[in-house]
Amino acid sequence: MNTTTPSLDRRQFLKTTSGVALFIGVSGMLPLAISCKNEKDIQLQLEKHPLTAWVQLSEDGQITIYNPAAEMGQGSMTSLPVLFAEEMDADWSKVKVAFSPQDVAIYGTEGWRPGTRILMSAGSRVTKSYYKVMRNAGAQARYVLLASAAKHWQVPMAELRTDQGFVINTQDDQRISYGELIPFLEMPETLPDFTPEQLKKPKDFRLIGKDIPRKEIPVKVDGSAQFAGDLRLPDMVYGVLERGNLHGAKPTLTNESDILAVEGVLKIVPFDYAIGIIASSLEQALAAKKILKINWSDSEATGFNSQEIFSEYEKIASENKKGKTITEIGNVQQALKSAARTYTADFKNDYVYHAQMEPLNSVVQVTEDLQSAEVWVGSQQGGDGKLGVPEALGIPPENVKINLQYLGGGFGRRSMTDFVVECVALAKEMTPRPVKLIWTREDDLTYGAYRPLSLQRLSASTDTQGNITSLSHCVVADNGNLATSGIRNAYYDIPNQFAESRGTSRGIRLKHWRAVGHGPNKFAIEALLDDIALDQGIDPVELRRKLMGKSPRALATLEKAAEMANWDIPSAAGRAKGVAFLERSGTLGTGICEISVNRDTGKIKVHNFWSAIDAGVIVQPDNVKAQMEGGILMGMSSVLKERITMVDGRIQQSNYHDYQLLRFEDIPESIETEMIASTEHPQGVGESGTPLVACAIANAFLKLTGKRLRHLPFTPDRVLAVLNS
Amino acid sequence: MATYTLDINNTEHTVEVAEGTSLLWVIREHLGLTGTKYGCGIAQCGSCTIHIDGTPTRACIMGVDNLNEGQKITTIEGLSENGDHPLQKAWIEAQAPQCGYCHSGQLMQAAALLEANPSPSRDEIKTYMNGNLCRCGTYMRIVKAIELASEEQIATS
Repeated sequence: MNTTTPSLDRRQFLKTTSGVALFIGVSGMLPLAISCKNEKDIQLQLEKHPLTAWVQLSEDGQITIYNPAAEMGQGSMTSLPVLFAEEMDADWSKVKVAFSPQDVAIYGTEGWRPGTRILMSAGSRVTKSYYKVMRNAGAQARYVLLASAAKHWQVPMAELRTDQGFVINTQDDQRISYGELIPFLEMPETLPDFTPEQLKKPKDFRLIGKDIPRKEIPVKVDGSAQFAGDLRLPDMVYGVLERGNLHGAKPTLTNESDILAVEGVLKIVPFDYAIGIIASSLEQALAAKKILKINWSDSEATGFNSQEIFSEYEKIASENKKGKTITEIGNVQQALKSAARTYTADFKNDYVYHAQMEPLNSVVQVTEDLQSAEVWVGSQQGGDGKLGVPEALGIPPENVKINLQYLGGGFGRRSMTDFVVECVALAKEMTPRPVKLIWTREDDLTYGAYRPLSLQRLSASTDTQGNITSLSHCVVADNGNLATSGIRNAYYDIPNQFAESRGTSRGIRLKHWRAVGHGPNKFAIEALLDDIALDQGIDPVELRRKLMGKSPRALATLEKAAEMANWDIPSAAGRAKGVAFLERSGTLGTGICEISVNRDTGKIKVHNFWSAIDAGVIVQPDNVKAQMEGGILMGMSSVLKERITMVDGRIQQSNYHDYQLLRFEDIPESIETEMIASTEHPQGVGESGTPLVACAIANAFLKLTGKRLRHLPFTPDRVLAVLNS
Repeated sequence: MATYTLDINNTEHTVEVAEGTSLLWVIREHLGLTGTKYGCGIAQCGSCTIHIDGTPTRACIMGVDNLNEGQKITTIEGLSENGDHPLQKAWIEAQAPQCGYCHSGQLMQAAALLEANPSPSRDEIKTYMNGNLCRCGTYMRIVKAIELASEEQIATS
């Protein structure tokens, strides 16, 4: 411990450093959790003996580590505690994990702007943003244990070491377990922050990088994992909303007395965009919802026909007026003038829906004085983690307690707070009774917030040697911000690049959808590269190999994937392979798929999918593979099947019968993932697989048929139309 | 309102609900057996799969009054005594779930499959499981887990 950084004094710590702010130090006494307002909570906390804000010790040696992030299947319930336990030198078999309080000052990470903090599980950022935080906090917990043992034994701290749950005196080999140290625990006067250099070296990792079973899997196989919708509180009532199928339309209820006459109905709560019903039971609320008679106003979306909008988007792309510049490197215009060949192509994609298996829901209880609220919700968090509840009630954030529950899928949808704020509005009407808000699948789909429909217009130029000299990319989309991620090409050595966004709006609700703009943008970029490769008679892997001359880490993923897929060996008759490369959330990945096509039905079959990724340090290898498998299958689902359409602004789909997802019958024979060994900072993996799929399939299709698929999704009707063109 | 007596996981439960209330709401919201999940309400996703006399059934479209006298219901909570059904063990070994929301239904469907066909081929697994959706994309591991459980059951029988 002689290498720690100079410490701030204790008073500063209370203000600045995460993990310590919880405690008031009274020499000789256990630290006390002052953030707990509730006496029962404090009692429970004390029984568990908080060591720092992040961890509690029990006398039987059990260690409870807090997970500050959402658990939506991406594995945060294990990956973050693994980071902590690694530095705490804890015995993993004794580790339990609990969700942390949603207190951004203690459990947040650095926000987008300097000096700000956020609680957020989105953009594949959890492992990446908590890597240093959790390791530092784990090292601090170990420091408290070492300091306490040093004082107990009256020896210098430098003579002590730890080993998987024990503090050991290096002079006489005396050992004491972390649990046995509880009576002697004392907060040191100062608690150092640890720099990365002072933490364990990757070669010394015992937990990081090992295949450790996920902590929350057992409760997910016996039905006991608690999702927000599973909550049942005394006196609880149920809420549902009818939001119509025309986004932005305002409702007028015309049969209020009929609704109030339905057995069990307690209240009608009008919203700007919906009619809410509160009833004693869920079936009563749903029965009343079914007979609502509502006149809906027109909205901005009225008259919008999603499948006819592309001609308008094409006009926008053709206008001389430039949009918002996203990237500009070199001079594309000049490159085009001196080009030996030029290539231009349009690519399109329809709206897609999150379709997480658990429709949105939440439970909210507001006190009678309207001054405090408690919330149970599966949320991807965001901001201060209070989910808009303080604003909705006009109360300070500390009066809102958020109890994070497991998420039945997030994919970006649960980073919105509409389903929480709605429930607050209902609960405010029913104080002090808790309200459980249920969105039906139809509600979840028709009042969804989709990945935007967009048009991508690309042009590229090559010189006489076939080198790509420029790439220009214009995306026209509903909401430019959601459509531009993935439009840059930092890992391809193309000297002149230009990308711009031309926004338009038709009043459709939109939101980040797994990998956001990467799906459509990388599809367009990677497909254009293969158009060029085909025209110039260059192998698609060779073309990318040349482009990656200055990006060795990207190249390593390409070479690895090509090796895994036996790229140089042609597929069996009737099959072909396609390749794609991209960066998402800092992870570099090459994907190769092998497909066949039924030329009678137009159905594409994916046989195999190989991918190689460089995501820096891999915290949980098997979980990374699981994320890639899941991401690729979700990619296949969206690419082969999914589209939301609007006619006169009205959403045309309503449930899984007309919004089809990939099923078991469509899964590949294999999905294989290799991870490039690295000691670099971990990057995000959750979204890396999904956007690889469209381009890899489209490029395999080009190889197989000589025809180009340019409009997502590649439904059988579109595939047949392209084959017959 | 009417009173119904249900045999769920070998325990008798009495519940008073409106006629036609779906078995899913009865099980989840009235009786608190919340392992069975709501996903679509129209028998398209399989999240609410339970067994009625051993037959996998979508609880969301089954009215509570459509049950016959004496029919036995099994939910995920009753699949095994201690969460140790061969499929549950295989699910953990394969690290199958991600968000986990659909997995009660996946397990109940798979349990009925192995009951009817102890050593299904991969194609038989895919066909039998086709009505159960998973948005996280855990299908590959579910297939693997069913194959593991099948091998285990055969090896120990």
